[in-house]
Amino acid sequence: MGRYVIRRLLQFIPTVLGTMFLLHYMTSLAIQFSGNPVRALFGDRTPPPALLEAITERLGYGDPCLSQKGNWCIGLFGDRLQSVFFHFDFGINLRQREVTDLVADALPFTLKLLVIAILFEAVVGIAAGVLAGLRGGSFTDYLVKISTVFIISVPIFVLGVVVREFVGVKFGNVLRGQDWIPDVISTGMFSPGFKPDYPFASLIIPGMVLGAVSLATTARLTRTSIMENIRADYVRTAKAKGLTNKRVIGVHTLRNSLIPVITFLGVDIGAAMAGAVVTETIFNVPGIGRLVTMSARTGESSVVVGVVTMLVLVVLVANLLVDLLYAVLDPRIRYE
Amino acid sequence: MTDVNVKLDALPGLDPNALPLEVKNLQVEFRTRNGIAHAVNGVSFDLRAGETRAILGESGCGKSVTAQAIMGILDTPPGFVTGGEILYRGVDLLKLPESERRKVRANRIAMIFQDALSALNPVFTVGFQLAELFRKHRGMSRQDAKARAIELLDLVKIPAARQRVNDYPHQFSGGMRQRVMIAMALALDPEVLIADEPTTALDVTVQAQIMALLAELQQERNMGLVLITHDMGVVADVADRISVMYAGRVIEEAGVDDIYASPAHPYTKGLLESIPRLDLKGQELSAIKGLPPALTNLPSGCAFNPRCRYAQDVCRKDPAPSLLQVSPSRTAACHFWKEVKGDE
Ligand SMILES: Nc1ncnc2c1ncn2[C@@H]1O[C@H](COP(=O)(O)OP(=O)(O)O)[C@@H](O)[C@H]1O
Ligand SMILES: [Mg+2]
Repeated sequence: MGRYVIRRLLQFIPTVLGTMFLLHYMTSLAIQFSGNPVRALFGDRTPPPALLEAITERLGYGDPCLSQKGNWCIGLFGDRLQSVFFHFDFGINLRQREVTDLVADALPFTLKLLVIAILFEAVVGIAAGVLAGLRGGSFTDYLVKISTVFIISVPIFVLGVVVREFVGVKFGNVLRGQDWIPDVISTGMFSPGFKPDYPFASLIIPGMVLGAVSLATTARLTRTSIMENIRADYVRTAKAKGLTNKRVIGVHTLRNSLIPVITFLGVDIGAAMAGAVVTETIFNVPGIGRLVTMSARTGESSVVVGVVTMLVLVVLVANLLVDLLYAVLDPRIRYE
Repeated sequence: MTDVNVKLDALPGLDPNALPLEVKNLQVEFRTRNGIAHAVNGVSFDLRAGETRAILGESGCGKSVTAQAIMGILDTPPGFVTGGEILYRGVDLLKLPESERRKVRANRIAMIFQDALSALNPVFTVGFQLAELFRKHRGMSRQDAKARAIELLDLVKIPAARQRVNDYPHQFSGGMRQRVMIAMALALDPEVLIADEPTTALDVTVQAQIMALLAELQQERNMGLVLITHDMGVVADVADRISVMYAGRVIEEAGVDDIYASPAHPYTKGLLESIPRLDLKGQELSAIKGLPPALTNLPSGCAFNPRCRYAQDVCRKDPAPSLLQVSPSRTAACHFWKEVKGDE
């Protein structure tokens, strides 16, 4: 087990380095083709060349390789690795804020969003899947089957925009017209985007949008898994032991059925991070996803490389934890 | 240590002098897309305390379904009990509400299954699965229940029970797993044990050990045993009486010695002739020709007639007779039982 974990941790190294290099190369290319990102600081004005050069130098965009189209900028990459791994320095953005600070500011919003999304998909998805699976062919079963196909086939950016327009704007306006509805609900929860005044309530709907697609997958996975296990021999044994139906289902069937579901939910944390980039942009949530999107637009390579590297690390660690959890849930699995 | 034999709630109508198990004219059908399969078609047998009743028949003839109907653990749907009675000491289990029926399971009638690997839950330790019975049926604490689980593993002769109680089913060998199943079935001291092909999945040497263990435990407890098998060889040593099943019906019922000496149904006779025998070494074994019929598509007349060497026109036209009295203690469902019995 210990050796397995060490081996997995060692495998992180090439993955992280590879990701960093890819990001580094892409952001370098972007700068090489679209010009010095520092000029964006001056808007429409043309800055004095001396000032522009000074700032460019200070922000780390002065390397001559950045003006040669297609140059790999290996030297720059070496410097970047050195400062990240030896000084834990991820660099600064155009306004000279530390990337680590930017992440620290944005992270709580993304975490809240993720928690809401994962809770939503786990609780509602598993409940729907269990109900459908226990009574295959029933009305609930068809309802779950049809609604999940529907959700799965709609891309998240379409779903997000539709929900924002209809639930946040139209339905929200109706609620806001009613005096008796508390503000937390009408202005907070049913707002078209994130509201700093309601840092939790206004994240509920974005979180649900983020969790929706995986909720459908969770429900279907649970349903199939329950249907498979409900006919298993050990479930029949549990009945023969004179256990109550509640225990036969709740302990003997569910425990086995949820193994693949929990594995999926764990892996899905990574996918939800990717989804957060879209959801946060649509609902204007000042989290990691929006930070990356905006930095990519302005060509702030240090932010993009730093943040995405951290995200990759989070996903890698989450996947490792899921694999270890799998061994806990299913005693037949052994890692060597 | 808590007393194991906490008194069960008395079942209404329970008669301590009645037989521990009596099945009368049991009917079970499966309602599937391809039609209705009458898997059990009027099966009757009884079981005395301490007795071993073997139920014998080719695979697919309805043995397991009979056992599941007695336990009340049929897959419903598609399986339904559509008629008959299952009497435990005079109480018809089919008429009990589910809450009462549930308490009969494991407490009074217990069951062990063919494949212990799939019949034990893979994600719980055997200790948990044994202790569960004491916790849920006897209200014992976790600790007491675990102590009882260890005792049970000792009882079925699993070495190092104290350590093994924390192991998972996949960590045991096939024979040891079947011992765990037996321990689980005996935990609450049932009066009737139904063993559905308990040794089929095991090596021959292990088979003998398991059968010996079952016989020993049965004697100690004066427990009735319904031994389901398709293997005539297993039956000879342990059974007192035998019911032979074919296509959902009992076609012959007799004491073990009578059956071996002079089978009265052609199907039983065919089964006996297909056992390898030392004294006939070198001769070809005669298997019954043909295959058992599909339950959704039974031949007209006696279900066995296409495979029967005694079959006459009457067997193809009229349904097989109900069980005919061959002697005061045995019956057979064949028009020609005299010929079958005398012919040798
Ligand atoms: N779950 C089920 N669904 C449909 N048919 C079943 C089911 N279980 C058993 N049967 C039918 O009942 C018949 C008897 O099965 P079974 O009692 O398991 O045979 P065996 O004598 O080998 O134990 C089978 O041939 C099958 O057609
Ligand atoms: Mg069977």
